[in-house]
Amino acid sequence: MRFVDEYRDPELARRLLAEIRATVTRPWTIMEICGGQTHAIMKHGLDQLLPPEIELVHGPGCPVCVTPLEKIDRAIAIAGRPAVIFTSFGDMLRVPGSCQDLFMVRAAGGDVRMVYSPLEAVKLARQYPECEVVFFAVGFETTAPGNALAIRQAAREGLANFSALASHVLVAPAMRYLLSQPTNRVQGFLAAGHVCTVMGLEEYEPLAAEFKVPMVVTGFEPVDILEGILLTVRQLEKGEHRVENQYGRSVQPRGNPAARQVIDEVFEVADRGWRGIGIIPASGLAIRARYASHDAEKKFAVTAITATEPTGCVSGRILQGLTKPPACPAFGRACSPAHPLGATMVSSEGACAAYYRYQRRAVLS
Amino acid sequence: MCLAVPGKVIAIMEEGGLKTGRIDYSGMVNTVCLELVPDIVVGQYTVVHAGFALSIIDEAEALQSLETWAEFLELQRVADGPGRSEPENP
Repeated sequence: MRFVDEYRDPELARRLLAEIRATVTRPWTIMEICGGQTHAIMKHGLDQLLPPEIELVHGPGCPVCVTPLEKIDRAIAIAGRPAVIFTSFGDMLRVPGSCQDLFMVRAAGGDVRMVYSPLEAVKLARQYPECEVVFFAVGFETTAPGNALAIRQAAREGLANFSALASHVLVAPAMRYLLSQPTNRVQGFLAAGHVCTVMGLEEYEPLAAEFKVPMVVTGFEPVDILEGILLTVRQLEKGEHRVENQYGRSVQPRGNPAARQVIDEVFEVADRGWRGIGIIPASGLAIRARYASHDAEKKFAVTAITATEPTGCVSGRILQGLTKPPACPAFGRACSPAHPLGATMVSSEGACAAYYRYQRRAVLS
Repeated sequence: MCLAVPGKVIAIMEEGGLKTGRIDYSGMVNTVCLELVPDIVVGQYTVVHAGFALSIIDEAEALQSLETWAEFLELQRVADGPGRSEPENP
């Protein structure tokens, strides 16, 4: 497959690993922000091939994991109502709320449907004018333009029965939060290639300069990730801290202007709660007032629903790179993908779920 | 969740007032929205996420980057000389 197979070449990967080994002289802690990259690192065993000096820690870049409990509870409250078709990407359906998940709502007779694109939800609103169609709009900047475009399209078509339950998060404010913590261990970042495909590189320049950390925008195939690590290590070893773009085949410096424009038209920046972390200022996107009639939280008056995170789960520390999943006493015992206790086990892209799936249960750090 | 897959645009049409395309992922074909890549044309590659094409893949950049690595590895191979074995993976 073009633009995939070339980046899975074992010989190139072996050579990049040799170059990383030849470059590194002392310990470095590097965070990959994106859950998709965490998953790829585990799947291809890259963490086990790197020299011992390089520690990869796994960031909060899994929007399913960081969606606050109260948003899930609000989704469940809306989905259980009569004459509502509740739509969502598949990975949100099994995320546990305070008492149940969306699959349980469906089992109890609720009309909960999985969609591949938010435009499918708009299509349902067109097909079923007698029903309220609600789309659970979850995601980072990668997903935001499509979700924004769906809301705009529904508004243009006058589909008053379409609304979105928005739970959008932004990567750069989360990186700033992590770097500002006194406990921060991260010395370099692999920035998320698809987020930057939309947003470009501008947001990262001030972060790299202020916190003196290299930021290498990185793709998702094994060769991409190894090249991203090599570029980061080269900067670290030279004492540099620049924004570098490994994923130039998809990422332009200014991102995708059409995508940024539609995000800005439909959403505005807002404070956002992150499951396992808490509120991070200006780290999310909320639906603008002019699209309020398509805002499910307002339409269904569910903002009074609040929830308290259960205690005992260390996912907040895992999302900040402060601990690794196998160090948690519940990992693989009380907590598993079938019965997740917290944020990082609920989604297949969560760090705990990735460690569980790829048998990193014995690795203690 | 930010998973996105590269594919080739094989047809462009309009659906419900939106620029739409058929994308071929080495055999599997589906329909995606092209509104976010207004300049894309048939034959170009794109990165698709959740039903939306997000970027036009810069083939020249991709090719150049791969060639740079190929040259770098070749130079390294020559510098290493014959008979050098790769270090064992840990």
